[in-house]
Amino acid sequence: MAKPEKELTWKDLEIGAVVTEPGNARQYRTGDWRSQRPTYKFDKCIKCGLCWVFCPEACFHQNDEGYFMADLYYCYGCGICAKECPTGVITMVEEEE
Amino acid sequence: MAKRVGIEVSVAIGEVVTMTNTDVIAAYPITPQTHIVEHLAKLVADGELDAEYIPVESEHSALSACLGAAAAGARTFTATAGQGLELMHEVLYIASSMQLPVVMAVANRALSAPLSVWGDHSDAMAVRDTGWIQIFTENGQEVVDNILCAFRIAEDRGVLLPVMVHLDGFHLSHVIEPILLPEQSEVDAFLPPNDYPLPLDPAKPVTMGDFGPPFIYTEVKWAQEVNLRKSMETILKCWGEFDRIFKRCYHPVECYRSEDAEVLLLTMGSFSETAMTAIDQMRQQGKNIGLIKLRLWRPFPFDEIRSAVRDAEVLIVLDRALSFGGPGGPVASEIRSALYNEDKRPKIVSFVGGLGGRDITVSGFSEMVNRGIEISKTGSKHEFEIFGARE
Repeated sequence: MAKPEKELTWKDLEIGAVVTEPGNARQYRTGDWRSQRPTYKFDKCIKCGLCWVFCPEACFHQNDEGYFMADLYYCYGCGICAKECPTGVITMVEEEE
Repeated sequence: MAKRVGIEVSVAIGEVVTMTNTDVIAAYPITPQTHIVEHLAKLVADGELDAEYIPVESEHSALSACLGAAAAGARTFTATAGQGLELMHEVLYIASSMQLPVVMAVANRALSAPLSVWGDHSDAMAVRDTGWIQIFTENGQEVVDNILCAFRIAEDRGVLLPVMVHLDGFHLSHVIEPILLPEQSEVDAFLPPNDYPLPLDPAKPVTMGDFGPPFIYTEVKWAQEVNLRKSMETILKCWGEFDRIFKRCYHPVECYRSEDAEVLLLTMGSFSETAMTAIDQMRQQGKNIGLIKLRLWRPFPFDEIRSAVRDAEVLIVLDRALSFGGPGGPVASEIRSALYNEDKRPKIVSFVGGLGGRDITVSGFSEMVNRGIEISKTGSKHEFEIFGARE
């Protein structure tokens, strides 16, 4: 796709609006939907990875120190990670822009 | 040379679909369409047509299976009627939006309730906004010819849209007519192999029917509209080429004894044949009247309709469907809106009749025309008048 998706005109579309570029769903910024964002108190973290398992967007990644953090490009703020965390590391806070 | 055979129209459809070497047929039987897919099932079982025949559990599944097959690049055919077309409804939009060139014969049938297996155009009119090309036919020969044309139009690289060929249930589907069936060599010369440009192919993956968020949905719908309107060029070209090979000519709007006519009657489908006889009689009686037959329903032939009716004083439109609580006849309503901004236009009188298999005879058409002329002078209390309902 030569143009960014939001600049495509009706003339740029393929037959039946098919997508010819495999895997381009990763460009879709589900983070735009977010009204709450996860925050972390890593001193309580036991690195069990349940947040990584339960995240429906699969957007958790381990950093160099082994802690799990959500990628905010994709995280839509559902709060499942905060609900599932057994030691209370994650707190959801309002996005205020 | 093609040979003329006495054949049931539904069976003739099966024969011509076989000559197109269709790859996949998915269908569910429903009166009055059943004979079409029944005959095709037999041809496949007998090995005369090398196709996958998918017997499904509903019309929704029938069309869905056709979409999958068309997406894989197969030449695809199905047929339905009435409630069956309604059950397909949501899938109809998907076929046109995804530009999958399925061809479907619709043996037009009234919609329940009360249950009616008999013919009218309620089913066709209920799907007019689904983005399919829709062609109406008035006799068995036209059905066979336009089924063949439908494949060529649908699969054309510049179109890639599904096509419905409408034939009146029973009045056409179940009659035995002398029909010129084409030779296989003529079909081969007329209809190139299907070559869908972006089929499902693991070597070149594509995503079809993808998620369309607000930032792109409007562009997709506009592209679809532009494409359907533009298909008119290909339809005209296809009918021209058909005429060259088979010496039978089709037009979006066809006129019968309409030159200089003060009063015009407009019909669709098989009733046009009776209407022509009625026009002949009325001409003999000295009435200055002609007939307009609307063949192409989608894309709507705006220019052709405007120029066909421009010089008449009165245009009497017969609809075989009722838009409840609205303007009455869908066809009359669309023609009204096509003419509203014209400086010169006839008065339009709208009748709804011929519902649920009710015949309109030659004398019935004369009666309708006389009543129409009266209404054109006195005006009518309502947007339309129901024809033939007992008071």
